[in-house]
Amino acid sequence: MAQHDDGVATPGGDPVPEAQNTAAGSAIQKAVPYEVSPGTAVVRTDNIPNPGFPPHRERQTDLDPKKDKRAERQVTSLFYLSIVGSVFAVAAYIAFPIIPGDMGSVRLNTLLLGLGITLGLLGIGIGAVHWAKQLMRGDELVESRHGTRGSDTTRARAVEIFTLGNQESGFGRRSLIRNSLIGALVLTPIPAVALFRDLAPAEDPVPLLQHTMWKKGTRLTRDPSGTPIKAEDVTIGSAFHVIPEGLNDEEDRLEEKAKAAVLLMRLKPEDLNVSAGKETWNYDGIVAYSKICTHVGCPVALYEQQTHHLLCPCHQSQFDMKHEAKVIFGPAKRPLPQLPITVDSEGYLVARSDFHEPVGPSFWEREL
Amino acid sequence: MTTTDTRTETTAVAPSRGARFTGAAANYIDERTSISGLVKEVGRKIFPDHWSFMLGEVALYSFVVILLSGTFLTFFFHASMTPMEYQGSYLPLKGIEMSSAMSSTLDISFDIRGGLLMRQVHHWAALLFVASIGLHMLRVFFTGAYRKPREINWAIGFVLFILALAEGFTGYSLPDDLLSGNGLRIIDGLIKGLPIVGTWISYLLFGGEFPGTDIVSRLFTLHILLLPAILVAALGVHLLLLIINKHTQFAGPGKTNDNVVGSPIMPVFAAKAGGFFFIVFGVITLIAATVTINPIWTYGPYDPSPVSAGTQPDWYIGFADGALRLVPSGWEFMLGNFTVSMNIIAPVLVLGLFIVVVLIYPFIEAWITGDKREHHIADRPRNAPTRTAIGAAGVTFYAVLWAAASSDLIGTHFHVGIEDVIRTLQVLLILGPIIAFVVTKRICLGLMKKDREIALHGFESGRIVRLPGGEYIEVHEQLSEYERWKLTSFTEYTPLMIRPNAKGKISAAQRVRAGLSSWFFEDRISPVSGTDIERSHDSGH
Repeated sequence: MAQHDDGVATPGGDPVPEAQNTAAGSAIQKAVPYEVSPGTAVVRTDNIPNPGFPPHRERQTDLDPKKDKRAERQVTSLFYLSIVGSVFAVAAYIAFPIIPGDMGSVRLNTLLLGLGITLGLLGIGIGAVHWAKQLMRGDELVESRHGTRGSDTTRARAVEIFTLGNQESGFGRRSLIRNSLIGALVLTPIPAVALFRDLAPAEDPVPLLQHTMWKKGTRLTRDPSGTPIKAEDVTIGSAFHVIPEGLNDEEDRLEEKAKAAVLLMRLKPEDLNVSAGKETWNYDGIVAYSKICTHVGCPVALYEQQTHHLLCPCHQSQFDMKHEAKVIFGPAKRPLPQLPITVDSEGYLVARSDFHEPVGPSFWEREL
Repeated sequence: MTTTDTRTETTAVAPSRGARFTGAAANYIDERTSISGLVKEVGRKIFPDHWSFMLGEVALYSFVVILLSGTFLTFFFHASMTPMEYQGSYLPLKGIEMSSAMSSTLDISFDIRGGLLMRQVHHWAALLFVASIGLHMLRVFFTGAYRKPREINWAIGFVLFILALAEGFTGYSLPDDLLSGNGLRIIDGLIKGLPIVGTWISYLLFGGEFPGTDIVSRLFTLHILLLPAILVAALGVHLLLLIINKHTQFAGPGKTNDNVVGSPIMPVFAAKAGGFFFIVFGVITLIAATVTINPIWTYGPYDPSPVSAGTQPDWYIGFADGALRLVPSGWEFMLGNFTVSMNIIAPVLVLGLFIVVVLIYPFIEAWITGDKREHHIADRPRNAPTRTAIGAAGVTFYAVLWAAASSDLIGTHFHVGIEDVIRTLQVLLILGPIIAFVVTKRICLGLMKKDREIALHGFESGRIVRLPGGEYIEVHEQLSEYERWKLTSFTEYTPLMIRPNAKGKISAAQRVRAGLSSWFFEDRISPVSGTDIERSHDSGH
């Protein structure tokens, strides 16, 4: 019980003298018992008694004045090292500027500045911890706990205060006032909620989601250059990332692109399994499908030439291009919408119409 | 106090100038703030020491680092999606159209000295923040440190965890690069999949159609104002309750439920904790100086069309992304004219349920045990086998979801098909937690048995002795009473006996509680009692 002896010797209102009582059977706590249910815990009377604190073990620095001196030198050196680091950081900031266009200079500036700051921080940190562990008083101290619950008199006073508050205001008695106040308070936030309506423009989002930039006669152009594509350029096995002509000049380029991006590829006509009513949607084995995944909207960018499968890199949905982009694996449910295409008089690929269904992720009103 | 002071002054030789100044300054402040009362209350508060108690500290300190580095970044970052041509010094992107947010992030990286360092400090500190909160929660869970009176603080800590995730995600989205844009696209798709309100929430959030021109500045306000304000407030309450409840400690000789054993705040704990702050800061800076994170210049500005293979969110969002990936095909159906995307709703519900269970677990356990006493001794995980097994099951569940977020990378690294990886993980998501539960519980019970054995009969000394009768025995050495105390001081619970209430009825809640109670406490090992020890000595060992 070395702690306690030391503790008594410490000046200035240490909690230790109190602790003497607690460790030796919690005399104070037990004197005013507040009994609560232990529930299904087993409360036994023949527990092994707490053996009390083991004897305090002195540290090397407590026993050997030389080691104490050495630790002191180490701590001081660490703090000096920190000073060196901070100065070095400022020097590196000046000495290694960023030369525009030179990635090496960015790397060097970041590295040396960072290392200087690191040294400045770690010197203080390791020094302080070393000081605390080796040189500051090393034995453990004891403090007693008190129940978290307020004392009975405090609680009684708290109850009294609420009772007085109730009586003096008439909060409980004047129920008309109280209930009308509650009603008023419930309603006040509603204007604040209404204010958020203009977070988005006035029109209904559903029609916006149902249409894209594509319409009859829009040329299919390369992404991102915007140059039109001739049917003969699309060889078997190749795939094109496609945007509608004129997209790059649009005011809301990204919003339109997020709906209108298309993947174009040519398969052997006999490989295509075309369902009734869509016979004219492909042109000589060239098919165009929405590139926006029907799961949560990632671009379905990975095309496997051999199997004619499209893979979404975000959540691994796979679409079979031989079967009208039907889902063959992954969390997506619906096939990618097909863009009906043909060629114009100059031989360029053009859309026959917009998509016949909303593209991209599913939404509640999708089929309306 | 005054009398003591005068006495000191008269008896002491003559205070040095420094001491006179400190005294005068302290007096000046105290006469205006009454701060001596605070110093008296908390100055010598005792903090117990254990390496695992530092996890929460790491979280706290990395948050301070985040605040410092983040403030620096706000001085240079433009939270605007106005398109502009990049004219900074990173040549490969020169002349490319991008948002002002992306452009200013590139400027921070390539045109401002120390800017890249601060960006990387901020990002690494954020990763460490979430990681240390997670580990801190696991420590609190596995030691039962959430029991009365700390249930509320567990809930507050849980809120802090959610806020940290929200901070992480909003911050991740700010540079408006290709990777974060795809992250937002997934969020947009996720929200749109929610029934009834989804389309409108997405529309309002993005200020029109995705991606719109508002989301970055809106997320910025959340990221630097609203979320940090709530976080700091909740953190304050969290720490205040820590001081009021005092820290838990592990069982050990001399330690009881009624005391705290450790170092006083002044000076040892302050020095250790203060020093530790600098160490955490230093290590984050070291990592940031040497390891690149989130190189947005290689991704380029956001464009809805391209995406790179192997896209990954930051690690802490992985479990949610993994949940989306594990949904089998075809989970979407029509309800009249409305589309019900169960491939979105199901993972959202599963994750929601998971985090709600984490939130309310302390209250469930308290209800099952019915134990209304305060608990200040942290359990060794083995001594609460069912709780530890539940924790292991939860960790396994989370780990499978997390692994699923890298299903494609697992596939390419180990040369297995993505389909096989997904199918395996789907099975593991159900079976993994069950296996983890059973195995962990058995291991815990085994360790308890071993502890009991050692406490009763000592440990094998390796010394073989031949008895006069020719019999060989290995001499067992007894533990010291201090070591034995660590093995034997824990609480044992028994299953609840169903009893009719005052009306002579057994309520359904009572049945549920009894069922859970027997599931929790049916298999148990009792701590060694004084009687057990006597008996073992009598039996000749």
